[in-house]
Amino acid sequence: MTDAIRAEGLVKEFKGTRALDGVDLTARTGAVLGVLGPNGSGKTTTVRILSTLLRPDGGYATVSGFDVVRQPHEVRRQIGLTGQYAAVDAELTGTQNLVLIARLLGFDRAQARARSAELLERFGLADAGGRAAKTYSGGMRRRLDLAASLVGRPALLYLDEPTTGLDPHSRNGLWAVVRDLVGDGVTVLLTTQYLEEADQLADDIMVLDHGKVISQGTPEELKSQAGDQVLELRTVDSAQLPLATKIIEAVTSAPVHSDGLVAGVPVNDASVLPEVVRRLDEQGVAVGELSLRKPSLDEVFLALTGHAAEATDADNDPEGARP
Amino acid sequence: MSTVTTRASSGSVPHIPQRISPLVTVQNGLQLTWRSVLKIKANPEEVFGLMLQPVMFVTLFVFVFGQAMMGDWQTYRDFLMPGIIAQSVIFATMGTGFSLSQDVEKGIFDRFRSLPIARSAPLIGAILGDLVRYAITVVMVLLVGLAIGFRPEGGVVGVLVAAALILLFAFALCWMSAFVGMLARTPMAVQSFAMILLFPLTFGSSAFVAPDDMPGWLAPIAANNPVTHVVDAMRALMIGGDVAGPVTWTLVWSVIITAIFFPLAVWAYRRRT
Repeated sequence: MTDAIRAEGLVKEFKGTRALDGVDLTARTGAVLGVLGPNGSGKTTTVRILSTLLRPDGGYATVSGFDVVRQPHEVRRQIGLTGQYAAVDAELTGTQNLVLIARLLGFDRAQARARSAELLERFGLADAGGRAAKTYSGGMRRRLDLAASLVGRPALLYLDEPTTGLDPHSRNGLWAVVRDLVGDGVTVLLTTQYLEEADQLADDIMVLDHGKVISQGTPEELKSQAGDQVLELRTVDSAQLPLATKIIEAVTSAPVHSDGLVAGVPVNDASVLPEVVRRLDEQGVAVGELSLRKPSLDEVFLALTGHAAEATDADNDPEGARP
Repeated sequence: MSTVTTRASSGSVPHIPQRISPLVTVQNGLQLTWRSVLKIKANPEEVFGLMLQPVMFVTLFVFVFGQAMMGDWQTYRDFLMPGIIAQSVIFATMGTGFSLSQDVEKGIFDRFRSLPIARSAPLIGAILGDLVRYAITVVMVLLVGLAIGFRPEGGVVGVLVAAALILLFAFALCWMSAFVGMLARTPMAVQSFAMILLFPLTFGSSAFVAPDDMPGWLAPIAANNPVTHVVDAMRALMIGGDVAGPVTWTLVWSVIITAIFFPLAVWAYRRRT
């Protein structure tokens, strides 16, 4: 089976800043490719090139076999785009928003209305279809936006930070919808700043930093690089922290980084925790706080690049994120 | 949630045309005009503004300035009506750039541009939709005038031709507005820039005061202001006077403005989108 998206050596510059610096990318048909990175890493620029909104300065990309520069109309027939901002007309009702897209895509009046009703039903908006979108909650707007990008039954869906700014409940709802779509055979390219989101949804993850791919693989492979979880410890008396650090190092046999107040270490096996607690107790270290949690994007970045995730301006460039 | 498929069972997408023909361009343009009209209807504040502003302007100008200008307010009312219709419509053209800029800012243009539709359709839809708005403005101002006793001697035909002229001129101006809208970074910037441009253009014309009554340095500028030609033409058609000259000038100016700003607007639109 051919890949849904293939890109090689994508380069894009904005006023001297390299937003993309030779990005290679492959999305398998029917799978979810998660593009993970901080603000300004080039996620949005990548999506904009792959959805024909921006021309690359170098490299090439094909979507369902069509070249994004030379066959933009063919590419647009294949894709649905849900950007960072819910791009729906606030003044129009949910139904009107969807009917408009359907009519633009060549549905006749009856088909357009049927398709809108079908999508509103699917996204839990059937009751809100007659109301103006400006009365919707943030989560409802995102769902309407997603519905709008699915009107033409795209083979490929781009989701550019679909849950940024959503509350956990709405976020879970949106995740369920995305999983559903994949069940229908839609290929999804998802950009996100959240490791958890990529972990939840993606089959393959690609990590972008400063316009370059710095890691690629399955969520498991990525997490094994950054540690499945992070163990963090704070001592009541900070003078005891060096001793505690030594103990943790001995148990986990991994380098512990400490900022003088908190010691942290990536761990792949949760069973180290009781062992750490036992030894700390033996040595008389008074524990202020001890926790085991999922690594943050920052920690993944630290593990992969040796520097923390930092935002640059590239994606906020007016011609980058939105023209 | 039901299990409706989002993907056509076959690999093809049934409705989407293989290529963009001129017919598809027109259809897409009209569909987006429908969107503009829906937005006008859905925005009661705007419709209210479209109605209230003419009431306010006509009433204030006629009753505050009327007597001081021409001895009695009735004479000034008849002089003013064509001018204030023109002024209202010209100010309304600012909305074109404003709403285009808003569409870009909200990401709605990105959605349209990622669809397999005609590239020019969003621009066509915005401008045709705005012509509807301008027509509403003309009718509103005229109704207020009629309510305070304005009886155009030109009759229905004169009024209709005058309305057609100002709509033609507004059509030309809205390319300028679209150009500004695509260049400016935010809708607010469009608004402030348009204000700076439109105030001198309308007030420095024959819309409110005859250029002969202006100071020596201003009079020739006002007399050659394109808005003066439009207003003079409308005035002639509505209440009498030389028609041929100002109508010809109005047509010439409309063509010139369109010839300059249509390509610029399309260029800025393509560059920005």
